[in-house]
Amino acid sequence: MRVTRTAKAGTLESNDIFIMVSPSEAEGVTLELQSIVLAQFGRQIRETILRTVAARGVTQISILAQDRGALDYTIEARVETALDRALAEPGVIL
Amino acid sequence: MKRLRRTMLFVPGNNPGMIQSASVLGADSVILDLEDAVSLSEKDSARKLVTKALRSWSFKTTEVTVRINPITTVYGPLDLEAMLEVQPDILLIPKAEVASIQEVEARISAYEAAKLGGEAVRTKLFALIESAAGVEHVHEILASSPRLVGVLFGGEDYTSDMGVARTMGGMEIEYARNKVAVACKVHGVDAVDTPFTDVDNHEGLLADARKAKAMGFTGKAAINPRQVGIIHKGFAPDPVEVRYALRVLEAMEEAEAEGKGVFSLDGKMVDAPIIQRARQMVALAEKLGMVKGSTASKDEKNANDSLEGGLV
Repeated sequence: MRVTRTAKAGTLESNDIFIMVSPSEAEGVTLELQSIVLAQFGRQIRETILRTVAARGVTQISILAQDRGALDYTIEARVETALDRALAEPGVIL
Repeated sequence: MKRLRRTMLFVPGNNPGMIQSASVLGADSVILDLEDAVSLSEKDSARKLVTKALRSWSFKTTEVTVRINPITTVYGPLDLEAMLEVQPDILLIPKAEVASIQEVEARISAYEAAKLGGEAVRTKLFALIESAAGVEHVHEILASSPRLVGVLFGGEDYTSDMGVARTMGGMEIEYARNKVAVACKVHGVDAVDTPFTDVDNHEGLLADARKAKAMGFTGKAAINPRQVGIIHKGFAPDPVEVRYALRVLEAMEEAEAEGKGVFSLDGKMVDAPIIQRARQMVALAEKLGMVKGSTASKDEKNANDSLEGGLV
């Protein structure tokens, strides 16, 4: 499944993560990650994002993630919200 | 003894940092808010975040309440459905009137039948009464669901509905407060008073909390973590009264040992209502760690370190 619309979720406040998903021309998942704890937790954050995207069956997508120290469940929540918004039928209230 | 709800602290449901720290702020209950604290464009985001937090995050011993959106809005049923999947301790139902509580009750019952094979969810309900109709029908509201364990009175929306100004003295909400407190006592549920909105006025908050306690409220809502300790102080038993209650119970034991049915203390006759009140006071004081040798948790004792008079 591919994303055909751009959507955002989250904020740049402490303990949160800002996620923007958008259509990608290329096959696969492209992830650009910025984080205040990139050196310590970059791999874990990346894995959480990719796992959440895969669980939704999305295989073609571009993701920008700007992390401010979010816990795993916050990362999952923000990614799922961005995907819900990008994949929702027009006019559907989420 | 049932759980204390001296404070119910509102926490915005779309703020990860505040949700993470909710359990260390000292409140007896935290209200993760999906309604007024969340803009219309972020309802989905907050609902998802709160759902994930309830699945993954430990709130330790703090009771977790979630305020959903009114069941009459498009968001209310979505919130309710999502929350039943994770079953917080309490759901706070805003704009509570008989019809809205019945609607929530019916939806929960349908969920239990369809998803749980008839097994009951653990989640209880709190009615947020914040309209003139809600106040006038408080008894009917409390009778409309067996899951209700309390009422939170919302003074701001109530006065807005009445078309009257909110004042420091609170005369305009006196009738509603009295009615809610008495109705809750009749139905055996908690009565939680409206928040004090001037967060920098600590003396005013303490006086308002003491007034609510005197009216029969069991607790008060808080909108800022700094209000929690002050409200607990306002709802703490007076050490002088606790000492007297302990003496009443001692005198009662002596009288029973001597086979006396009625006895006096300090020249005044002690009868059943006084003994009942003394038992309730001592039970609460023990729970708060105000009585030496009580079994209160370290957290509860620490929370009461600032009480006037200390241990009895």
